[in-house]
Amino acid sequence: MRTLTKLSAASAAPDRAGEEYAGDTKGVDAKRLDKKAAQRHESAIKHVTGQAAYIDDLPAPANALHIAIGLSPLAHGRLERLDLDPVRAMPGVVDVISFHDVPGHTDIGPVFHGDPIFVENEISYAGQCLFAVAADSHDAARRAAKAAIIEIDEQPASLDPVAATEKNDLVRPTHVQQSGDWQQSLSNARHVVSGEQFIGGQEHFYLEGQACLVTPSEDEGVVVHTSNQHPSETQKLVAEVLGIPFHAVTVEVRRMGGGFGGKETQASPWACIAALIARRTQRPARLRLSRGDDMRLTGKRHPFHSRYRLGVDDDGVIQGGDMTLIGDCGYSPDLSEAIVDRAMFHADNAYSLGAARVTGHRARTHTASNTAFRGFGGPQGMMLIEQAMDDIAHRLGEDPLTIRKRNLYRHGRETTHYGQEVEQLDLLHSLIGQLESSSDYWARRAEISAYNARSPIIRRGLALTPVKFGISFTAKHLNQAGALLHVYTDGSVMINHGGTEMGQGLHTKVCQVVARELGLELSCVSISATRTDKVPNTSPTAASSGADLNGQAARDAALKLRERLFAFALETLWPQAGLKLGDLQLKGGMLMAGSGEGKYRIAWGELVQAAYIGRVSLSAQGFYSTPLIHYDREAAKGRPFYYFAYGAAVSEVAVDTLSGEYQVTRVDILHDVGDSLNPAIDIGQIEGGFIQGMGWLTSEELKWNDAGRLLSDGPATYKIPAFGDLPATFNVELLEGHPNSQASIYRSKAVGEPPFMLAISVWSALRNALASLAPDGQCPRLDTPATPERVLMAIAAMQDHGDKGPAGHPREDDAHVQA
Amino acid sequence: MIDFHFNGEPHSLAGLPADISVLELLRLRLGATGTKEGCASGDCGACTVAIGEPDGHGGLRYHNANACILPAHQLKGRHLVTVEGLARGDALHPAQAAMVDCHASQCGFCTPGIVMSLFTLYEASSHESGGQTATLAPYSQARLEAALGGNLCRCTGYRPIRDAAQAMLAYPADQHRPTWTDNQQLSDQVAASHQEDPADDGHYHRPNHLAELFALRRDHPSARLVAGATDLWLERTQQLKELPELIDLCNLAELQVLEEHDQGLHIGAAVTYARLEPVFETHFPAFARLLHRFASSQIRHRATLGGNVANASPIGDGPPVLLALDASLLLESPEGAREMPAQDFFLDYRQTALGAQEVLREIRLPWLTEGRQLKVWKLSKRREDDISAVLGAFSWQLEDGRLRDVRLAFGGMAAIPARARGAETALEGQPPSEAAFAAAKQALDDDFQPLSDVRGSSAYRRLAAANLLERLRLKIVTDTSQGANTPNTPAMEVMLDAYAD
Ligand SMILES: Cc1cc2nc3c(=O)[nH]c(=O)nc-3n(C[C@H](O)[C@H](O)[C@H](O)COP(=O)(O)OP(=O)(O)OC[C@H]3O[C@@H](n4cnc5c(N)ncnc54)[C@H](O)[C@@H]3O)c2cc1C
Ligand code: FES
Ligand code: FES
Repeated sequence: MRTLTKLSAASAAPDRAGEEYAGDTKGVDAKRLDKKAAQRHESAIKHVTGQAAYIDDLPAPANALHIAIGLSPLAHGRLERLDLDPVRAMPGVVDVISFHDVPGHTDIGPVFHGDPIFVENEISYAGQCLFAVAADSHDAARRAAKAAIIEIDEQPASLDPVAATEKNDLVRPTHVQQSGDWQQSLSNARHVVSGEQFIGGQEHFYLEGQACLVTPSEDEGVVVHTSNQHPSETQKLVAEVLGIPFHAVTVEVRRMGGGFGGKETQASPWACIAALIARRTQRPARLRLSRGDDMRLTGKRHPFHSRYRLGVDDDGVIQGGDMTLIGDCGYSPDLSEAIVDRAMFHADNAYSLGAARVTGHRARTHTASNTAFRGFGGPQGMMLIEQAMDDIAHRLGEDPLTIRKRNLYRHGRETTHYGQEVEQLDLLHSLIGQLESSSDYWARRAEISAYNARSPIIRRGLALTPVKFGISFTAKHLNQAGALLHVYTDGSVMINHGGTEMGQGLHTKVCQVVARELGLELSCVSISATRTDKVPNTSPTAASSGADLNGQAARDAALKLRERLFAFALETLWPQAGLKLGDLQLKGGMLMAGSGEGKYRIAWGELVQAAYIGRVSLSAQGFYSTPLIHYDREAAKGRPFYYFAYGAAVSEVAVDTLSGEYQVTRVDILHDVGDSLNPAIDIGQIEGGFIQGMGWLTSEELKWNDAGRLLSDGPATYKIPAFGDLPATFNVELLEGHPNSQASIYRSKAVGEPPFMLAISVWSALRNALASLAPDGQCPRLDTPATPERVLMAIAAMQDHGDKGPAGHPREDDAHVQA
Repeated sequence: MIDFHFNGEPHSLAGLPADISVLELLRLRLGATGTKEGCASGDCGACTVAIGEPDGHGGLRYHNANACILPAHQLKGRHLVTVEGLARGDALHPAQAAMVDCHASQCGFCTPGIVMSLFTLYEASSHESGGQTATLAPYSQARLEAALGGNLCRCTGYRPIRDAAQAMLAYPADQHRPTWTDNQQLSDQVAASHQEDPADDGHYHRPNHLAELFALRRDHPSARLVAGATDLWLERTQQLKELPELIDLCNLAELQVLEEHDQGLHIGAAVTYARLEPVFETHFPAFARLLHRFASSQIRHRATLGGNVANASPIGDGPPVLLALDASLLLESPEGAREMPAQDFFLDYRQTALGAQEVLREIRLPWLTEGRQLKVWKLSKRREDDISAVLGAFSWQLEDGRLRDVRLAFGGMAAIPARARGAETALEGQPPSEAAFAAAKQALDDDFQPLSDVRGSSAYRRLAAANLLERLRLKIVTDTSQGANTPNTPAMEVMLDAYAD
């Protein structure tokens, strides 16, 4: 057994009275957390000692090959010539493959067709995969990949999703949701407010890039180790590409160094390519993308162009209107159908739209195929209505929070534009009320207004934005999960399930579920890796559903096992005791029944031994499928979500109006996770999601040149938040006393994605600061990411409007010229 | 032969190629995979290791470094510490234990690098406090940013990492620090391995004096010069170039001088930014402040001022400051030395006045005379560890209410770091009035035709540069009117705290 330093963070922390103390965090005072539930991450010690193995750390035989990809240099055109002989001639090269070397399927589109494993004729984006080379070292393969002779009949690249939509150049058909007579509501409205926005994409920037290691097995099969959120799909695609049955392919995922959606569909191509090489050469094959190749080859969060026209009454309450969302999908469908759907499902966020029409387009452009990313379109949908809230408030001269509160879903207005009833309205209202007071919103608002009135250069802004996020896969069939539970004769327990661990703490939570059902210490329960030969036909670990689905499946398995042990105890162990099933209990490592004289006890280990000798199966399978959900796409109505998760954040910023630089000075968050499965992990998800969302809206800027080549292709040019971007004051609290109204696992709620959207408060606060410079009634447009450049140019646009540029010289029109 | 210590144990490696990095050495040759690769460009910190160097007082001083762009040959005579080397059996190092208890790892991929940065912070604090870490005050935000700004974490949002950094000092140190800390002779052994066998490391050369350097260059005309490698090594990892023959400048005694002379500060070209920081803090505080936003701790401990100058990037941060200070450069070749004004050094995009046989030997900064001011402002997308979109370095004197000897230097505005001559002329001899600055901003528009690129558009660069002049005016006005302020009217804020100079 390990002897660990057993100090809680709280008791070890030095006196924090020191004025210089960096940071002020109330949210995670360890004392406040339920100690039993706030278990540390199952791999925490392995993480800090370097023992946690990621794909590239796995030992492979000395003859393993290393694969590099040959990328298209151009965004669009016909591949006229691909001469790979110079590649073959490079030192260390063992094999080179392209389109015609694939024995099975060549289209590896996950849901819809359209993703060729290698380009055959048409090149659809700069960075697209043309060929692969296997060599005896990583460097040799990468150097060889540069030697190909590539001739392309270049054609103009389509890079503007709005123009593409106008030409009906879409990867999937447009979908429309409608409630009531939206035209009428606009024509009858007291005020019509409208606006538009561009929301930039986002690179996942998982710290561990795409990677896999494929070993050929007997019987024409392969074993695939991959950093991957969807092992079952990779199994299917590898099998189809090789032209072999699924059972010949085993996919294993122990952990990912981050996924965030970027390894849901876009981890498969590399596994397929490595599998091809492994089968052809009969040697293990490694494929690990360099950071630059990873950023060029794989899709990102969808950029959106959106606009709205809403009719409001004199109180700023929305009567109805029209919202249009254009998702920039890149060259192929990938998951864009569901992603733009989810944007549409969240175009209301927490507000009743009244009689509204929401239209979602899926534009095709010549860039990598955009894909899942934490929130899955939801964030982009919410951004539009949050812009509208600020616009309405400024138009009517009210505080944005007042307008937001008036528009919240409420009794009498609880039905969404797609027909789902919003539950837990009281929770929503009380959550916002609590945060409003705990963050001291109104006093700070007054103080900030006074400050801005006397400060010409530095302006401050404050905003509270809510989140209401729907939980369930909108593709109904994915809402199922399986688990496999083994108890060994020493009493140790092994659980496997279909979910994958990417840092979110899923395995920790699932082990906690099993330990709780079997009355064991957490240390008795272990998880190995996610494997397709243990639990088959699984769904991706996505849509925040990991713990909801797999936790339930694991619980189901544990309950089955428990039932068997109880039956064994009644029939075989204590047949004379006259006990009933209801008298039995697994607790504290014991099976117990009765009390006093009629007290029966047996330790878990002995129970298991006895059951084994008594020929009771000590292995159980669990299964779960989410009830109640349905969505009729024809009618655009239904209940796509089992429940909603809620939260709200208040952010304060200070902006330097001369340079466009800004600081997020304080953030207060109150978030709903129902009854938390593990408060430490949940708070980690909330904080991490918030900062990631803040990066999306502030510093993370993707830039392409006019020919469609990605310029921001590494961390030197693509800036995710760093240590100093953490707000000095960051108060994060879990909402207490509101268990899930649906029967989710122990009445908890999903937490992976919802907190990401709390960061919209930062963007809204920036607009709020800028609005202090704008003429009354206006709130300046601020596209995202709101880099210092965008902030400065937004200020300049306002001042130009007032006819007095601060710099007093002519400027180019376009603030975002691409180099 | 590279003699070094690795997690307390002596190691001796022969026959390594010149261009193998410490990360490749660890992962591919030593089988130590705890140290991760997240970018291979020095930007993410996943590969962070600690390097122990003799501190001159019989001990070892540790700094963090990016293994991905650290030449393995630079390990010679050093103690390399990685995440595998910290725990004592099952007892975690305080940096590790605090990370576990604060729930500061999620996916865990950044964690080894974060742990190593915390380890160097811990060791530095322990050094400062004579081992009495528990009595230390909590770290300031500036200190934590300096220590952790080069470690990206995509999962946690950093709050628990901040808490772990504050908490680690309170953990018991005895029996919780690596066993090699018990080895009293370790620092002597490390120092000794530096002395041994000066000679041949195959294609990696390590001259000790300029004369040796010139001889080596004569014999190996295609060899590249390397100092901190923080620019050069990107050719290796990003462009996949081979660097078969290298001459390391770091051991040249002449390039390690750091001397205060009557006229100014003489800085050997191979002096690292980390070594310059305290000196700048005393003599050029605005330059020191810039260093807080220059790359990361990992990079500043390797990167040299000479490399920053010789690399001649138009967006390098050091050169505009040199222009504003009217620094000069000492270049030396076998034929002799010559001194030239820094502003004559930069000829065109990445072209310098450095002759084929020459090396940059020294950078000479004249002292700031009484009344002379220096301001340096860097604009970038992210505050920490980012390359400038625009950098302004301004120096002036106010005599009888008039601006004298004004030097306005910019990075990011042209193909070379350059002074804004028109704007300087507009201000020279003028009071710091709105009118004078309006004229300067007008002139600035003709001084530069900046490019649009991934870091910023041309229009933004123009506007931002002009606004830096406006900021300058406001600074001069508020600074000179200070004291005149009554205590009840707070001074106008011109800049945000976090960016304040
Ligand atoms: C992650 C990261 C962040 C960075 N951030 C910044 C930043 O914020 N600001 C900034 O300005 N730079 C930044 N840089 C760039 C780099 O760190 C600096 O330019 C650094 O000062 C270079 O010094 P070096 O010793 O590492 O140079 P090296 O890489 O060793 O050398 C650079 C070039 O100069 C030549 N050279 C070096 N010394 C001499 C000499 N004495 N005589 C002649 N030639 C010589 C070399 O041959 C080589 O061609 C960053 C780099 C990285 C990787
Ligand atoms: S791997 Fe990213 S800094 Fe070295
Ligand atoms: S824990 Fe995943 S990147 Fe830091």
